[in-house]
Amino acid sequence: MSHIAPKSQLYTVFAALMVLTVVTVLISRVDLGSFNLPVAMAVAVTKALLVILIFMEVKYSPRLVQVTAASGFLFLGIMILYTMTDYLSRNVLGVAGR
Amino acid sequence: MSHTTADAAHHPALQHHFDTLEQQQNASTFGMWTFLVTEVLFFGGFFMAYILYRWMYNASFHEASHELNVWLGLFNTAVLIGSSLTMALAVRASKTGERSQLVMFLISTLVLGGVFLGVKVVEYAEKFSHHLVPGPHFQFHDAALKNGAEIYFSLYFGMTGLHAVHMILGGFVLVPLIVMAARGKFGPAWYTPIELFGLYWHFVDIVWIFLFPLLYLM
Amino acid sequence: MPAVHYLNATHGPASWFFTRDHKRIALLYLYSVSAFFLVGGIFAMMIRLELATPRGDLMSAETYNKAFTAHGVVMVFFFLIPSIPAILGNFLVPLMIGAKDLAFPRINLLSWYLYMAGALFGVAALVSGGVDTGWTFYTPYSTAASNTHVVLTAMGAFIAGFSSIFTGLNFIVTIHTMRAPGMTWDRLPLFIWSHYATSLIMMLGTPVIAVTLLMIVLERTLRLGFFNPTLGGDPVLFQHLFWFYSHPAVYIMVLPGMGVISELIAAFSRKPVFGYKMVAMASLGIALISFLVWGHHMFTTSQSVLAAVTFSFLSFLVAIPSAIKVFNWTATLYRGSVLLASPMLYALGFIGLFTIGGITGLFLAAIGLDIHVHDTYFVIAHFHYVMVGGTLLAYLGGMHYWWPKITGRLYSEPWAKTSAVIVFVGFNLTFFPQFVLGYMGMPRRYHAYPVEEVSWQVLNLLSSAGASILALGLVLPAIYLTYSAFWGRPAGPNPWGAYGLEWDTTSPPPTANFEVTPIVTKPAYYYAPEEH
Repeated sequence: MSHIAPKSQLYTVFAALMVLTVVTVLISRVDLGSFNLPVAMAVAVTKALLVILIFMEVKYSPRLVQVTAASGFLFLGIMILYTMTDYLSRNVLGVAGR
Repeated sequence: MSHTTADAAHHPALQHHFDTLEQQQNASTFGMWTFLVTEVLFFGGFFMAYILYRWMYNASFHEASHELNVWLGLFNTAVLIGSSLTMALAVRASKTGERSQLVMFLISTLVLGGVFLGVKVVEYAEKFSHHLVPGPHFQFHDAALKNGAEIYFSLYFGMTGLHAVHMILGGFVLVPLIVMAARGKFGPAWYTPIELFGLYWHFVDIVWIFLFPLLYLM
Repeated sequence: MPAVHYLNATHGPASWFFTRDHKRIALLYLYSVSAFFLVGGIFAMMIRLELATPRGDLMSAETYNKAFTAHGVVMVFFFLIPSIPAILGNFLVPLMIGAKDLAFPRINLLSWYLYMAGALFGVAALVSGGVDTGWTFYTPYSTAASNTHVVLTAMGAFIAGFSSIFTGLNFIVTIHTMRAPGMTWDRLPLFIWSHYATSLIMMLGTPVIAVTLLMIVLERTLRLGFFNPTLGGDPVLFQHLFWFYSHPAVYIMVLPGMGVISELIAAFSRKPVFGYKMVAMASLGIALISFLVWGHHMFTTSQSVLAAVTFSFLSFLVAIPSAIKVFNWTATLYRGSVLLASPMLYALGFIGLFTIGGITGLFLAAIGLDIHVHDTYFVIAHFHYVMVGGTLLAYLGGMHYWWPKITGRLYSEPWAKTSAVIVFVGFNLTFFPQFVLGYMGMPRRYHAYPVEEVSWQVLNLLSSAGASILALGLVLPAIYLTYSAFWGRPAGPNPWGAYGLEWDTTSPPPTANFEVTPIVTKPAYYYAPEEH
């Protein structure tokens, strides 16, 4: 029989998610310059982790499931990182047209 | 690791090519997770486009996002997270065999999902009436930022539209699940479809957790 | 032959179109994939006929554009990607690991229906006049300028992509959860390792092209501006997204082939594959690194120098696991009892031709050289060496090797050996001249070339002549294999005397694969030591 979440745990996570949602809205109304985006993303990642680990029970799942869940985000990260490297490094080395 | 009882080994849900119900359940859960990985990459393509164009058109995106109603977005986010709670409670109820709770939580999930989609319809209608739909009729108050704003709204409709499609498909699957749950098909011996649907629903919630700040708050 | 087996256990069309038996689904794929191979081949013949003479006299430039696009789309999406995994993989994965079926038989059937639905869209596009963008759908031509059936074709590829995703999903879950007792990871046949690695790529890469095709459809129908510069979009973004899948996709095409080759080399040298663990790890290594090299298709774009150099370096790196496999296969042959049966001829051909294709891939990974030969016939020759000389030969070798298991009957070995040689000769005559042509500057995707370049015409003529020989070599198996399926001699459970769980059951196998679930105690390829 797999893990059965205590109701209290689920309600706690829900409350945390709601709080974080309100927090992200409030912080966005403060001008942090270029830090607004990373802060919002940090909050979103935290919320996502709560959903993944507790609601989707990855914390209590076999290692195989944990690796699988992580791999999706890893490869997404590869795509984003590598593509943005192209754009961000253009004209950096002084070669004409690149 | 407990072995299935003789009853569970002859459980009507056991498929012939599996040896035990436990093996089948492990395979099914793992299968849903691998499917969700593909969904991460699927939405990921859109996120890639968003990230690039936000970098390219920062001012346009910032200006365009003001056209969205933050409070509607906040409300919808709360509704969707609420539906994740009810879904998690439903999965829990299926594991403990609490049939009426299971049915109630599944119906709540469906209702909350419906509310979310209803609000989205309102938001979309507003975009249409304000000429913010990309294409020949697109208008933006700042001519210098028009191109970037149009791309912003292309991404807005593309990403929220794809998200909405996933929710609608989820809704269609949820209805027969509610019927089966009401008939007592799920219990501690076998609750796999509820668990799998829960994973899918939570994933759809996670996509929105990222969409909300990126589209409404930046 | 057993009295009751998977082919005759149930009768009637419904028992086939609603089957859950992975072996029957494999055959459904065999028929449809073969049909599309023929379609793709017809377009190839149109291309080679046109190019036999310098002037564009057989068809207009627009029609030619549609011909090479159709050839590419059909061959890539409807032949190469599904072929080995959907036919041989579906048939053999459960058998090789001692399971009764794949983890999700209904999803397996759904995969085939999705393939057919995608194919339907593709055919609809073809009969409505085709697409002229090239199989690569580069923007903004495909989204803003082309007046051909881009949306239909893109939707066909989109739907077929989900067929691929579900096949990969099935394989991964099956291999993890349904191995027979004693079938540990280090006892798995290398065919399984290859298909596992392939499935990883299918899961991680295909969704990206799916969403990219979706974005093309949206852009084209709703005039959104993702990739159109006049609307503020970036065409290079399309290329990043497209190649993020399409580069790993070529490994979806070749890794299963490599899995087949491992099986053939072991069986026909009567030796375990040399360096089993390295070959298995190499499959995973290829799958991983394949995701890190896509920018080598974009050296002539505005891609940054830093990105280009990184992609180039990693492209050199991905050759290493491939080379490890080639060396290990060669080492397997050394002091083995080599039998030159027809499947082995294909396997040996693969090793040579894949090596040439792979090395020319390294040439292309060098930025300086690539700038010179990008969009020329050099590139075409390179990928046909790995795709045809590689994947197709592996597919043919595998089909011959497992044909007795699938049908329960033996084919004509003399005809098979003759065809293999014809294919090898025809293939090299077709594509080797194209290396020279490309290096001399002949661009791809043009229906005509300068009359003054006499050497170009000579080479093109050789290539077209080779194509007709290749076509003959490919038609022959269709005939003698089909003949043998009805009138061949019964094969018995293990006509090749090979080692593997699939040979421990009858030919053809019963629907449930094994009378009794096998228990595995020996490593893979446990050919008796005294045999070599």
